[in-house]
Amino acid sequence: MSTLDIHDLHVQVESDAGVREILRGVNLTIESGQTHAIMGPNGSGKSTLAYTIAGHPKYTVTEGSITLDGVDVVSMTVDERARAGLFLAMQYPVEVPGVSVSNFLRTSVTAIRGEAPKLRDWLKELKAAMAALSVDPKFAERNVNEGFSGGERKRHEILQLDLLRPRFAVLDETDSGLDVDALKVVAEGVNRVREATDIGVLLITHTTRLLREIPAEFVHVFVDGRIVADGGPELADEIEASGYERFLGAPATS
Amino acid sequence: MTVIADAPVAGAPTGREEAWRFTPLARLRGLHESVEGAVGAQVAVVTSPVAAFAYVATDSLPAASGPIEWPAALARAASTQSGVLTIPAGTDSAVPTAVTITGGGVDSTVLTHLVIRAERGSRGVVVIKNTGSITLSANIEIEVGDGADLTVISIQDWAGDSVHLGRQHAVLGRDARFRSLVATLGGDVVRIVPTVEYSAPGGDAELLGVFFAEAGQHIEHRLLVDHSQPHCRSSVAYKGALQGDGAHSVWIGDVVIRAEAVGTQTYEINRNLLLTEGARADSVPNLEIETGNVESAGHASTTGRFDDEQLFYLQARGIDPDTARRLVVRGFFADLVARIADDEVAAHIIRSIEEKLGDAPFDEGTG
Repeated sequence: MSTLDIHDLHVQVESDAGVREILRGVNLTIESGQTHAIMGPNGSGKSTLAYTIAGHPKYTVTEGSITLDGVDVVSMTVDERARAGLFLAMQYPVEVPGVSVSNFLRTSVTAIRGEAPKLRDWLKELKAAMAALSVDPKFAERNVNEGFSGGERKRHEILQLDLLRPRFAVLDETDSGLDVDALKVVAEGVNRVREATDIGVLLITHTTRLLREIPAEFVHVFVDGRIVADGGPELADEIEASGYERFLGAPATS
Repeated sequence: MTVIADAPVAGAPTGREEAWRFTPLARLRGLHESVEGAVGAQVAVVTSPVAAFAYVATDSLPAASGPIEWPAALARAASTQSGVLTIPAGTDSAVPTAVTITGGGVDSTVLTHLVIRAERGSRGVVVIKNTGSITLSANIEIEVGDGADLTVISIQDWAGDSVHLGRQHAVLGRDARFRSLVATLGGDVVRIVPTVEYSAPGGDAELLGVFFAEAGQHIEHRLLVDHSQPHCRSSVAYKGALQGDGAHSVWIGDVVIRAEAVGTQTYEINRNLLLTEGARADSVPNLEIETGNVESAGHASTTGRFDDEQLFYLQARGIDPDTARRLVVRGFFADLVARIADDEVAAHIIRSIEEKLGDAPFDEGTG
């Protein structure tokens, strides 16, 4: 049983336009086995939260904390966070020239598990995981994300989720760019991991599309760098029916 | 488009010529203009059981075949003695013959003219190892006799202050097979011009190259394969990684298929990987076809970047920054290294590249 706790998180980003505060006091606690959804309009800072949890160097935490079972996450490097059990399925995973998917996955699994899996077991495991996500076996020999379609990139992210079995996973706009069939395959992949482990999941989305496939028992509305409403699935239904209008300009929930 | 193969020797380059426009002439210590005061290279040959080595008067050798640039022509003309390495007819050996050129400092200009002859039907491997500090102009002429199978590996492990202008011209006889590997891993300015011509049908040339340019280094390879005979093959594959401010590589791949070269098969590829900001790779493939009757002809050139977003992605999957860079660079060179027949050379190249990754000016991860 683990807890990922985000407390009064303030984050700023530096760009050519100057320093800008994007997260303005986020409070969120996720326990193992729970699935939370953060919904918010475009530009509300949802993805910033996702990348801040993963430790992207572009974002600076100026106030507040992120802890995993009481251990400070903010001071960890990106790879330390991953090895501690945090996972981010990215909206736009980058191409890595020269590195095959199979080499990448094996290196990653070795780093996360702390030892290299036996080659024979590994090949079997990889094959099964790829088959479960309807991924062409040839995929393993391609370079990471190079020339992948949007759907292939998302499947590759979920393939990693399945193999790495993190304690907490943040899925950043995983539904974007997926057609109905691809969305089902990807969602089934996530649901299999949810059933097989006590993973805590944070879904980040601006539509309810993904939530119909991956039910979240906790829904949070994110506006202007803060959570402005907390609830259950009924909150997602309300957003689907009426949009975000009612939440704009609302104060933070805590 | 001009037929590059016919470009004449036109005197000392000024930097305005197409062939010299990338080269930092000011850093050549005059090597491109004059060889006054130059000395002959101390070419140490570790004789293998199969090769014979002797110095002969350059005057007694036939005139240079194929295109030759001014500095190489100067080096040839000024070398009164030429080293001639002969792999006799009928020899069949994969045991490499080692040719070592060791620089003794950059102050004196060194010239070499080396002839490598693989006689009819022979099979052999020659490994040329270049180390130390040097200002060198080297002309190497390679004759691959009818039915011979010759591999020439040239490794530039120069110290960081070395300047090296090199020409490696191969003439392939009937059904001859030539394998070339040029690995440029050190030096201040290294400019090597590997060229191939065919004197009879059926020749097969494979030209491989690996290079790694670090901050301030200029590494240039200009290849020319001149298909003037029917039913010959050529395959060119060069891969380079660059890191650090001012690291610069140039790859020019010229392939000419003349009207009489029917049934030619050729493919050339150059891939470059920029590991840091501030590095630059120029890559120019040229394919000139004068006959409608080729078997296959193609070229490709790509330059990719390993950037902070890639580092973030790999780190986000638990991989530490050092491992991430090694993964990317090893992966990048893997298919090319797999084509190197000599295991010791392949291991040396990988080791050398990994050492260079170790002294990289990278940031300490991302925190």
